[in-house]
Amino acid sequence: MERYAWDAERASTLIQELAHMPGALLPILHALQEEFGYIDRSAIPLISDALNLSHAEVHGVISFYHDFRYEPPGKHVLRLCRAEACQSMGGESTVRHVESRLGIQVGETTHDNAFTLEPVFCLGNCALSPSVMLDGELYGRVSPEVVDLLIDDVRRRG
Amino acid sequence: MTLRVYVPGDAAALSVGSDAVARAISEQFSARHVNGSVVRNGSRGMLWLEPLVEVETPRGRIAYGPVAAQSVSSLFDAGFLEGKPHALYLGPTEEISYLKSQERLTFARCGVTDPLSLAEYIRHGGCKGLERALQLTSEGIVEVVVKSGLRGRGGAGFPTGIKWRTVLQAPADQKYIVCNADEGDSGTYADRMLMEGDPFLLIEGMTIAALAVGATRGYIYVRSEYPHAFRTLQRAVAIAHDNGYLGVNIASSGKPFDIEIRLGAGAYICGEETSLLESLEGKRGQVRYRPPLPAIQGLFGKPTVVNNVISLATVPVILDKGAEFYQNLGTGKSRGTLTIQLSGNVKRGGLVETPFGLTLRQAIYDYGGGTASGRPFRAVQVGGPLGAYFPESLLDTPLDYEAFTLQKGLLGHGGIVVFDDTVDLARQARFAMEFCAVESCGKCTPCRIGSTRGAEVIDRIIAGQNRTQNFELLDDLCELLLDGSLCALGGLIPYPIQSAIRHFPEDFDKAAASRVALAGHLHRGDNDDSHPRN
Repeated sequence: MERYAWDAERASTLIQELAHMPGALLPILHALQEEFGYIDRSAIPLISDALNLSHAEVHGVISFYHDFRYEPPGKHVLRLCRAEACQSMGGESTVRHVESRLGIQVGETTHDNAFTLEPVFCLGNCALSPSVMLDGELYGRVSPEVVDLLIDDVRRRG
Repeated sequence: MTLRVYVPGDAAALSVGSDAVARAISEQFSARHVNGSVVRNGSRGMLWLEPLVEVETPRGRIAYGPVAAQSVSSLFDAGFLEGKPHALYLGPTEEISYLKSQERLTFARCGVTDPLSLAEYIRHGGCKGLERALQLTSEGIVEVVVKSGLRGRGGAGFPTGIKWRTVLQAPADQKYIVCNADEGDSGTYADRMLMEGDPFLLIEGMTIAALAVGATRGYIYVRSEYPHAFRTLQRAVAIAHDNGYLGVNIASSGKPFDIEIRLGAGAYICGEETSLLESLEGKRGQVRYRPPLPAIQGLFGKPTVVNNVISLATVPVILDKGAEFYQNLGTGKSRGTLTIQLSGNVKRGGLVETPFGLTLRQAIYDYGGGTASGRPFRAVQVGGPLGAYFPESLLDTPLDYEAFTLQKGLLGHGGIVVFDDTVDLARQARFAMEFCAVESCGKCTPCRIGSTRGAEVIDRIIAGQNRTQNFELLDDLCELLLDGSLCALGGLIPYPIQSAIRHFPEDFDKAAASRVALAGHLHRGDNDDSHPRN
């Protein structure tokens, strides 16, 4: 996924572009995270100023939602569905396999910064369970073997 | 004439390789000098057959599936463009019994048309509901929806028309239509399929709602786990705008209405309507106290209709065919059609729209074909993570709101997740508490703290510690959650837990059972082999 290094000026522009919207905070946070892959803590005062909110209010919203992160993720984000439909089709064994293959737990990033594993509770692909999402692409009926292929494939492409 | 081949662009179809299939077909068109085009339709909902490829022939559309990119060349060789036989041949799509036996009203066009072709939408009956609505007064529209008996499809089942009437009668300078597309329940995907497969229908439904209550602005709150639906909706709204179906003068009526698509951020609780409104306002998605109802003080404090995707998308067909037509379908107080979603360990997973009244057994076996693994069926969870687990003995329960309430379950958004005999219901109960702890908004104490303590208590039961006392404690905690929580997350989380204990007590007894075996071996009694209370 194409991402840019944190840039306060670029962040300010993005914030200004959206600040006029009613209830602008979530759209702003999404825009920042899409641009930089995460929300740098130094964005908090910029957002506070633009929306006339306290730093605590902005931090409160960022930390409430599972999607938003304060740290840059790995180059590739692999989201593993852990909800009931995927459980019923052995999704948890795929989760354990990926964890041991990458040497990290769900919620962590590999040392080489190549992969971040994230849990997700339902990708809406429950008739084709288990499902994972790799860099925004959805994959259904996955198994440890299929996820291995996906990991090998993105590794090859760099 | 150009040959038309349909390859779904729905996220579920994409997840099993439909893009590669579409590319392979285009390549074969060029290589074989065939004048053909590939249409990216939505999904028909027969998801075990995806990617389901259809060819337009003089005998109608002929289906092949599941098609892998590698089989495309052989399909061309076999003459699939003329609808000829092949190992993947399924016959005319409309004749496939899974589909033929359904009553597709809300999903009539889904999978049939190109989702972003407004011309096709209109050619296949779109906009008729809106035309009818434009001939009626606001009160007239509300009365049709009230009479139809339509109840909210998000899960709570509140009569849609009554909600609309409340908003209509609330005086205000600004009113809103909010579509709840935060479809977070595991086992459900009807909203996603509809938004991706027939987005203009949702826009039409929201427009009718706006005319009914006098709203000028609408929001669709889509969960971030649905990036495909988000993109499709954005394009559909732009197209509707360009063609005068949204904007300052909708369908030349002189009335304004606009829709904005907003993205959620991975919080399950935002499917709860007041929490969703907080989130739209740019706040933490914390549940609000009620009253005031959102219909009186909703988004930005203004009267707001908050409806689920399917509820809104069902309104156009009700306006078009009349309240009586819709009211005549269904059973008891559950009128019209229900869209069930067969999920998890089931052979033929997919979307089934039929009048209320089908039994769980018919859904799982007649449509679903039993378990995918081929192992014996053991449990089914209906209604998402807050729904009860039912055993075989309850499979004759009809799928309607009241019948499920009677069995201490809930129909919810119609998701049906099937489990085979490898499931451990004690683990599932533990998962339910953990899920509640992770997703609790933190506003009320029973849910915020009770869920964490609940998971610990279940852990102790599983480990066989002080079982009698811990079962009592869990019972007590569940009662507190049911009675004392602010919203349905804490208020319903006891359902999966208590149903698991009630119907599958043996799963909570494994530690004790193994200890008894061990104790027997050591010729020593076991004083802690109590059984869970039913």
